[in-house]
Amino acid sequence: MKEVFRILEKDARRTPQQIATMTGIPLAEVKKAIKKAEGDRTILKYKTMVDWDKLGEEQVWALIEVKVLPQRDVGFDAIAERIYRFPEARSVYLLSGTYDLAVTVVGSNMREVAAFVSEKLAPLESVQGTVTHFLLKRYKEDGEILGVEERPKRVPIMP
Amino acid sequence: MKKRDLISKRVRDISPSGIRKFFDLLASMESVISLGVGEPDFVTPWNIREAGIYSLEKGYTSYTSNYGLLELREELARDLKTRYGLDYDPRSELLITVGVSEGVDLAMRAILDPGDEILAHDPGYVSYMPCTILAGGIFVPVPTTIEDDFKVKAKDIERRITPRTKALLLGYPNNPTGAVMDGEELVRIAEVVKRHNLLVISDEVYDRLVYGVEHTCFASLPGMKERTILLSGFSKAYAMTGWRIGYAAAREEIIEAMVKIHQYTMLCAPIMGQMAAIEALKTGGTQVEEMVAEYDKRRRIMVQGLNDIGLTCFEPRGAFYTFPSIKSTGLSSEDFAERLLLEDKVAVIPGSTFGQCGEGHVRCCYATSLADIEEALERMGRFVKRHRSI
Repeated sequence: MKEVFRILEKDARRTPQQIATMTGIPLAEVKKAIKKAEGDRTILKYKTMVDWDKLGEEQVWALIEVKVLPQRDVGFDAIAERIYRFPEARSVYLLSGTYDLAVTVVGSNMREVAAFVSEKLAPLESVQGTVTHFLLKRYKEDGEILGVEERPKRVPIMP
Repeated sequence: MKKRDLISKRVRDISPSGIRKFFDLLASMESVISLGVGEPDFVTPWNIREAGIYSLEKGYTSYTSNYGLLELREELARDLKTRYGLDYDPRSELLITVGVSEGVDLAMRAILDPGDEILAHDPGYVSYMPCTILAGGIFVPVPTTIEDDFKVKAKDIERRITPRTKALLLGYPNNPTGAVMDGEELVRIAEVVKRHNLLVISDEVYDRLVYGVEHTCFASLPGMKERTILLSGFSKAYAMTGWRIGYAAAREEIIEAMVKIHQYTMLCAPIMGQMAAIEALKTGGTQVEEMVAEYDKRRRIMVQGLNDIGLTCFEPRGAFYTFPSIKSTGLSSEDFAERLLLEDKVAVIPGSTFGQCGEGHVRCCYATSLADIEEALERMGRFVKRHRSI
């Protein structure tokens, strides 16, 4: 049944009928599994990857290293929650290594991102320090290479 | 010199490929979806490409041993042992060829004397007959039918054996039909081979591309290793068609004979391709699995789609081809392919290209994107509707 979700993860437009054909799993079972997964948030949402550069949309992305002081009983979770509730935070990860949280922030310009860091993130009580890296260019994201898709240049007729 | 003397009779006797005119037609057309390809639609996985690049950077630009790089042969021996339990000595029983195509040619020339007969299933890959003729042999087709899912039968093979029969050629998983042989029938074939003291040339280049069934390596059957020239390569499984790396595995005296021809004609396979092939064997397993899983989904969509539009299609369990019957249209396979290309811009290969028994079918390759498969099926559906015979 995991195959159903692998197909959907790759292309959310595949219909249950197509997935049933592709996997050999009966249509009713495919529909049931998807419905259940949507209900219990196994499927979080269906989204589209867009190359905004191609649409001329200016976006500023930053990866922020955050060093925090863990709190008794709740560890890093409470401070992580404080951060991920901000809509500017696109992703929040707890990491091992020299810093604790990696926060991806997106804004429409540099000033917006800087304001978020200096006014919202850095002043939080448990935050001991931040290092902001502005993203200069995206080459590959979520397994997809941005720009031209790499396809083999095949001879169209070959026995 | 008279014109007819320019070209040898042997070459003149080989009919030109039936698909040449499709090349010309295609060249003048736009927006064609081609199901006529014969190779993966993946680029060679990056780690394999990177190994090829690295080999160039390190200055590996020379000849190799005629047999091929020993390290590659050792990896191959390990691979054949792991997958099929076969023991080949990498120093004397394995030869790296320039694709399986060269392997077929070498095998034929190594074993055939003028007038010797080779039995081969019909339909089958296009080079089998010409290579037999070029080696001075006589090609004897063994018919297969859609009723038997295009699997060749031991009794049909045995019926065609004469005192001149030297070898049997098997190409399974099959191009063009996608058929995979059952182990039981292969055992019966092995008995025939033993009874009539035949050799077997087994082209198993699609051996890793099977869906829901297991491929039986012919050489792994009891007593068959000594009689089999196993041919395979990296093109299909690892998406390495352009690298031209294949191999032959057989007993020492046969490999020695094949090397004799290979050293005077090809010398060796390109070294960078051999280096890349080592990487493929060492680390490419997961990537092959991923590609096979992807082909399997497309296979199911195409088989279902073809049956839905009235082109009946048995379920192919190997390679990346479907071989639907076009009899419902009343067209010959060549007319079907030509008209489909001109009227609805979908390229397929006429089944007759692969032998007389391929007539009434076309080969459709599903190693192409799902979007293209779906669009092609829609166009073919419209075409079939217009041409359905009453």
